[in-house]
Amino acid sequence: MSQEKLLEIKNLKQHFKTGRHSVVKAVDGLNFDIYKGETFGLVGESGCGKSTTGRTIIRLYDATDGEVLFNGENVHGKKNRDQMKKFNREMQMIFQDPYASLNPRMKVEDIIAEGMDIHGLAGSDKERKAKVHELLETVGLNKEHANRYPHEFSGGQRQRIGIARALAVDPSFVIADEPISALDVSIQAQVVNLLKKLQEEKGLTYLFIAHDLSMVKYISDRIGVMYFGKMVELADADDLYNHPIHPYTQSLLSAIPLPDPDYERSRERFTYDPSQHDTSEEPEFREVRPGHWVLCTTKEFEHYKREHGVKN
Amino acid sequence: MDKLLDVKNLHVSFDTYGGEVKAVRGVNFDLKKGETLAIVGESGSGKSVTTKALMQLIPKPPGRIKEGEILFEGRDLAKMNEKQMQKIRGKEISMIFQDPMTSLNPTMKVGNQIMEGLIKHQKMNKSQARKRVVELLDLVGIPDPENRMKQYPHQFSGGMRQRVVVAIALACNPKLLIADEPTTALDVTIQAQILELMKDIQKKTDSATIFITHDLGVVANVADRVAVMYAGKIVEIGTVDDIFYNPKHPYTWGLLGSMPSLDSADEELYAIPGSPPDLLDPPKGDAFAARNEYALQIDLEQEPPMFKVSDTHYAATWLLHEHAPDIEPPASIKKRMEGMANTSSESKGERV
Repeated sequence: MSQEKLLEIKNLKQHFKTGRHSVVKAVDGLNFDIYKGETFGLVGESGCGKSTTGRTIIRLYDATDGEVLFNGENVHGKKNRDQMKKFNREMQMIFQDPYASLNPRMKVEDIIAEGMDIHGLAGSDKERKAKVHELLETVGLNKEHANRYPHEFSGGQRQRIGIARALAVDPSFVIADEPISALDVSIQAQVVNLLKKLQEEKGLTYLFIAHDLSMVKYISDRIGVMYFGKMVELADADDLYNHPIHPYTQSLLSAIPLPDPDYERSRERFTYDPSQHDTSEEPEFREVRPGHWVLCTTKEFEHYKREHGVKN
Repeated sequence: MDKLLDVKNLHVSFDTYGGEVKAVRGVNFDLKKGETLAIVGESGSGKSVTTKALMQLIPKPPGRIKEGEILFEGRDLAKMNEKQMQKIRGKEISMIFQDPMTSLNPTMKVGNQIMEGLIKHQKMNKSQARKRVVELLDLVGIPDPENRMKQYPHQFSGGMRQRVVVAIALACNPKLLIADEPTTALDVTIQAQILELMKDIQKKTDSATIFITHDLGVVANVADRVAVMYAGKIVEIGTVDDIFYNPKHPYTWGLLGSMPSLDSADEELYAIPGSPPDLLDPPKGDAFAARNEYALQIDLEQEPPMFKVSDTHYAATWLLHEHAPDIEPPASIKKRMEGMANTSSESKGERV
């Protein structure tokens, strides 16, 4: 994997006004990079701001503060129509609910080709059709499906249509917002295998948002854990699972049930108590082990380094 | 131990314009006191319909129990009328539904919702019932029950609401608790709390539980026995160790293989190809044959009977027949079997 940065997120904030005096800080000062060709997993409980992060990166929401640099260019900067279009081709999204994210009144062919029409990628009708058929085959459907409507498909097939639509404009970066949560277990594996295959073939970069930690661990190269709008830990997938440092990550990991009765019988669960942190000092994101970042105060940092750091 | 529940050859069908949908096609299982049976399977496999049929919660029409017996302490629930069922529901058998957001009445105070069953079934007066509500809320771990019982569901978080639902289900000390995906809508940390709570309460009250889920991790956590359903039938049933460490049915292999384990990373997940069959017109032979790479010729022609693997373990696949070829299960399943030292390596079963 090359270490070239595709996406840099700097101090990203997304606040929503919920009343005259109340503000929900859904995303509050995020900093992370996504490298070219990797899969970055974003996990956390519902309401922690992981979906908002994804939607803000692709500019479905305008950020309250901070920068999202895509190939060195700020996504949230002032842009005219043409620049916006160019950017939209590069970045695409796959949504969580395959039932709600496809227009029920459009044929599959038109759903998939909509992006190509907007960007003028298909010269003729024939070319458009050929491209749609090719995409359908890439995602494991066949070309007879092009003339059908979304309601004629099962959940897993619909999610494949959503993936085909995202790929239609040849993006380099895809945000997958809980793409498998609404699917059955056996179908989840099909979709995850497909995403992995497409990544290898097309050199895609993914931001994979999910709450199912075992699946995230399986697909991701690096994982970020979010808690209340902040990232509390970021590390390589294996490192995060083998050496979780932040107490929230530890509690999250200890709560996943595994399909192994022996392990389940001896499982010990930790609960996270946010009041254990020293609140007199604003915590900062620090590197405890190489490539392993944790949100902590100076004192905690020293402690983590002693406990988990690489001995030198 | 004596059987609390014995389901024999249960068939449930729905009459639709397209024809008869055979949602449950001959299900047999039993349940002992204090035991937890998990039913797993894909959506549409008939797991929810089976349990709803136990309580006669299937809308009739279009649904109907076509055939079979549901013996609950010797009484056949399938033949009871609505009035008799009302005495059983909530009192002897109660149910926890999937979505805590929709299974509570938003216009009623939480305490009153819990009291309903107590006043109806236990013939308590209001002050007795109120006392019991406080006890129940305390039991399910809701702090400050005296005040919380006067609040409405929207003032509770998702996890707390599900605790209220559990409290309602437990109000009359049911002998059988049916939990239909009780934690699917919840976060992992909250899920872990609710599961621990349910196990705890079961230990205290010695009630039996039927637990419906598609999350095999949850199954490993809660179940004593597991039934795997596919296309309206139980294809494999056994103790939790039988199913997880010595699975025999290719569909069970598929389910287990499609979940990544935390230490395997690079191998491709084993995905079951295709999608479940249409139960309007169930396929001839083994319903799973079309998606099964280990299918034999006979699977397309004749439905496999249940084969006995051990006293606790049964599976419906021709692979267990004495004339069947020896087949290597997928690598990830073999790894599971190796983990278990005392797994019987017997690859054939006895027809029942």
